Amino acid sequence: MAAFPWHARSRNYVSESDVCKLESVPLDFGDYHPLKPITVTESKTKKMSRKGSTSSTSSSSSSSMMDPLSSVLDGTDPLSLFAAAADPLTTAASMDGVRKKRDKDDSSALGSDFEQWSSKRGEILARYTTTEKLSINLYMGSEKGKATTSGSAVSEKVRTRLEELDDLEEGSQKELLNLTQQDYMNRIEELNQSLKDAWSSDQKVKALKIVIQCSKLLSDTTVIQFYPSKFVLITDILDTFGKLVYERILSMCMDNRVSLSDNFSPETVNDTAKETCLNWFFKIASIRELIPRFYVEAAILKCNKFLSKTGISECLPRLTSVIRGIGDPLVAVYARAYLCRVGMEVAPQLKESLNKNFFDFLLTFKQIHGDTVQNQLVVQCVEIPLYLTLYSPAIDWILQCIAYRAPEILLTEMMERCKKLGNNALLLNSIMSAFRAEFIAARSMDFIGMIKECDESGFPKHLLFRSLGLNLALADPPENDHLQILNEAWKVITKLKNPQDYINCAEVWVEYTCRHFTKREVNTVLADVIKHMTPDRAFEDAYPQLQSIIQKVITYINDFSLLFSVEKFLPFLDMFQKESVRVEVCKCIMESFIKHQQESTKDPVILNALLHICKTMHDSVNALTLEDEKRLLAALINGFIKMVSFGRDFEQQLSFYVEARSMFCNLEPVLVQLIHSVNQLAMETRKVMRGNHSRKTAAFVRACVAFCFITIPSLSSIFTRLNLYLHSGQVALANQCLSQADAFFKAAVSLVPEVPKMISIDGKMRPSDAFLLEFLCNFFSTLLVVPDHPEQGVLFLVRGLLNVIQDYTWEDNSDDKVRIYTNVLHLLSAMTQETYIYHVDKVDSNDTLYGGDSKFLAEISKLCETVIAQILDHLKTLGKEETLKRQSQLALYFFNTILAHGDLRNNKLNQLSVNLWNLAQKHGFADTKTMVRRTYCREICYDFL
Amino acid sequence: MGTALDIKIKRANKVYRCGEILSGVVVITSKDTVQHQGISLTMEGSVNLQLSAKSVGVFEAFYNSVKPIQIINSTIEMVKPGKLPSGKTEIPFEFPLHVKGNKVLYETYHGVFVNIQYTLRCDMRRSLLAKDLTKTCEFIVHSVSQKGKLTPSPVDFTITPETLQNVKERASLPKFLIRGHLSSTNCIITQPLTGELTVESAEAAVKSIELQLVRVETCGCAEGYARDATEIQNIQIADGDVCRGLPIPIYMVFPRLFTCPTLETTNFKVEFEVNIVVLLHDDHLITENFPLKLCRM
Repeated sequence: MAAFPWHARSRNYVSESDVCKLESVPLDFGDYHPLKPITVTESKTKKMSRKGSTSSTSSSSSSSMMDPLSSVLDGTDPLSLFAAAADPLTTAASMDGVRKKRDKDDSSALGSDFEQWSSKRGEILARYTTTEKLSINLYMGSEKGKATTSGSAVSEKVRTRLEELDDLEEGSQKELLNLTQQDYMNRIEELNQSLKDAWSSDQKVKALKIVIQCSKLLSDTTVIQFYPSKFVLITDILDTFGKLVYERILSMCMDNRVSLSDNFSPETVNDTAKETCLNWFFKIASIRELIPRFYVEAAILKCNKFLSKTGISECLPRLTSVIRGIGDPLVAVYARAYLCRVGMEVAPQLKESLNKNFFDFLLTFKQIHGDTVQNQLVVQCVEIPLYLTLYSPAIDWILQCIAYRAPEILLTEMMERCKKLGNNALLLNSIMSAFRAEFIAARSMDFIGMIKECDESGFPKHLLFRSLGLNLALADPPENDHLQILNEAWKVITKLKNPQDYINCAEVWVEYTCRHFTKREVNTVLADVIKHMTPDRAFEDAYPQLQSIIQKVITYINDFSLLFSVEKFLPFLDMFQKESVRVEVCKCIMESFIKHQQESTKDPVILNALLHICKTMHDSVNALTLEDEKRLLAALINGFIKMVSFGRDFEQQLSFYVEARSMFCNLEPVLVQLIHSVNQLAMETRKVMRGNHSRKTAAFVRACVAFCFITIPSLSSIFTRLNLYLHSGQVALANQCLSQADAFFKAAVSLVPEVPKMISIDGKMRPSDAFLLEFLCNFFSTLLVVPDHPEQGVLFLVRGLLNVIQDYTWEDNSDDKVRIYTNVLHLLSAMTQETYIYHVDKVDSNDTLYGGDSKFLAEISKLCETVIAQILDHLKTLGKEETLKRQSQLALYFFNTILAHGDLRNNKLNQLSVNLWNLAQKHGFADTKTMVRRTYCREICYDFL
Repeated sequence: MGTALDIKIKRANKVYRCGEILSGVVVITSKDTVQHQGISLTMEGSVNLQLSAKSVGVFEAFYNSVKPIQIINSTIEMVKPGKLPSGKTEIPFEFPLHVKGNKVLYETYHGVFVNIQYTLRCDMRRSLLAKDLTKTCEFIVHSVSQKGKLTPSPVDFTITPETLQNVKERASLPKFLIRGHLSSTNCIITQPLTGELTVESAEAAVKSIELQLVRVETCGCAEGYARDATEIQNIQIADGDVCRGLPIPIYMVFPRLFTCPTLETTNFKVEFEVNIVVLLHDDHLITENFPLKLCRM
């Protein structure tokens, strides 16, 4: 086969571009454009006082035309809506409106600002735990039958005996001893499940029995420290039961498939439903024991709605007084908490019984110090302070219910009542955790006074200060008291001996300090913490609290130069000696820095400190570090590197990068970032010098280039290296560092053979050819402007690359090599032009160097011939049946190349293109549509030329 | 499944009073047509008396069970012999609740020795090959409300070691003082028994305080009468060592069926009492008894 000489079409890029490019029309800001990005519009939230609801109006971003999406959404796109909802100011404003309205008509529903029980649940379960063995004693004997049908006809003894037999028959008396806490919880969950099962299989009596037995467990106070958790678990079952009964009766009320509305009146309830409901109440009223009777009745309190309007309001006070019969004060207070909880759910408007519950509790308060309780504690080896904290969840809850939207006067009255009871610490603590923070904050000095006065025995004082601190973190005390409060509180806190108690308190008070005081006070506080936590390495047990302190400090002090001028901040960080915690803290600081630092910095204090922190993060990386973790750390460090700028002092900047490189050598993304930063620095220099480097800047730029050149090889990802070589080479070229650019390109060329066939992307192995193809095309475009080296042959780099491609072991059945060859033809055609399509400023490319020298052109033409021969060879090998489709495609691809870049006036080339066209058509694999489209475009262009 | 017979009484709670009309439907469901020899409905009401073994001896109790006293008994023929179509057939009925002569419709009451029960029985007689079908269904009779107003009779009580009767060693008793009151011993049966109780002082810890509802049934017969007191229910009102000086509510709902207005007839009597039982930690049991008079208003 004869060789086909290549004749490139000569191009005049300027005129071509003039002809082909679309007429550009400047776009006004408001104009509609389909590609214009969707903008999130700040929507104004209008407060409609009448409705008390928020409605949004949007200022649409495209005014000339209706956006079909936004019109559906009533004007505001969902993102804008979110933006509006997230706006704290407007939310607060609308909340205010809602609240005002509530206050006016005394609405019965609970607002979202009421902290639900569900949120307390987990906290209690986590806090009140035990390692002691628990027991469940379930006695599934038929309670009702025993109470009603037994007569004295049979003697007492025989009766009990018979009953036992009955029960054994039912197989229902179970005593489970020696349960661990987890076993216990599982058992309770099983009971919950069997309740649901029994209910769904229509065994209502069994369901009731289960509930009764469960609530009976609440009268058992052995392993007292677990009692609050037990309460939580068992009331879950009661809640389930209450819901089941209510829904069952509600479903009976469905007439003609129309269910009752939420606010139905008892008259609309049909007789069957009423009768069923009454039956439940009668059944429950006959439960022998007090505690189960109380709990089960409270659980179905809501069902009173079916019987009468006033049912609930009559029931609540009665149940409240029933609790007086419960002798154990702890059991009683939890019963009260349950009643308050059910009451708040069912009838939040009935506040009186809440108050009565609390006052009743106050009346029985003296019992806590009575003999019965004390004896019990001795038996169980529980100390009074621990015992008292068991009350907290219940009292907190009761007070929270009372305090919810309660008038100031009531709160004051409550406070006075508690004061009368000898200023008890337990109550004081609960008041502080339940009442509104504003209320407490306004009286902080009073509270401090009370805390100081209250008796030492019993409730631990540091808990009181902690509670007060929590309030002050939420609400501000009067301006004048700020310092005095801190002084008074800290005086006590600093005297705490136990490091755990101390740190729990200090953690809370740090927030108050940061909120209201300057760095001096913060420094003092931090110093005090260090002083307390250092002896005996106490900090080791307090990492979570210390971490929370750091978090609080950085949320309030966003200015990092200020933060690092707090002398004790870095020593404080030194306390985090466990590496994982240390890294966590560092991450927090860096996140905050990236979030809050607005402008780049060169403050040496910040740089030193942050470099130290970043170094800590970096040093935590080891072979076992997870990929995600590394990525996160690298992102944080990169964020920091990007924020560092020495302004015009480029040399300083470079030396910073050098230092960073030595510090963060284990994190590749950081190295990549550094290379990019240095490249950017070089380009910045060029910009400052307007392209004309002085001797000094030229040397500096060469230093930058050298930095990149020696950094790139240390990276492991091959494509990162390739792309960085190319990119850095381009930068070097732009800065007129020709020999350095050559070095980069040579390195890239010599790296290509190392590209593996498969690379791992996101943990999956993928073929690399697509990436290689992309890179090579990119590389070719750069090579167009790279001038030849005077000592090397013509087109040294191109030849080198072609050799590498030739020798590269391509995938057996892939056409990538030929595609690349075709692309090389594009490059070579562009090289034969008199003036190249683009240039690098201040760099003479081959067009100027050779000036269209015929030897140069002949050289290119020879290369072309070789390449074409290769392509045709390959096409020939594709003549087999199964590869015909690929042949057709490649032929078409080559055909298009000739059309675009070849000179068709040349007969041989013309003939070749016709042959290729036929080849593409020959076996019927050509998709006519694409053929027509592609060719048609080209032909239009031809008409122009 | 063959044929099923069911009685549905119109009122959900099945409660009727003297003079009212008991109405409902008999429901017959069957896949095939039903051949029958007539369907009849019988209303029965009777008092069953049982002598307790304790008062008259085992044998006598066994043999000498008193004949039931019939209060009401009437039968109506609902359907003449014939065929019923397949599927569900509903036959409505109405019974006027009237008594003959000077008999009284006592309230439904389920006790140990006295039982007052009212039933409806539906019988479907069938040919020899098929069994007769029967379905019974209890309905409840409440006596007509008594006219006039109930005069409340509140009772105050104080329990101390000194007020107790039949104590063996008064000296060994711990000291205590319990005060309280019942709102009324004349009770309306639909209203709970209420009152308050305060443990003013007690040397021993309180274990439990309970209300025991007791029925006192008296059956008269030729040889005299038998009187028996049995427990109906026991309601705990205090559990554990309650706070001193704090009033604890006394509250008890009278159970349905097992209580009725206090009844006194020539043949039998049904009366009620409540016991307040205080159980101390050293197993001392203190009981205070109050007779009640129940009525329906």
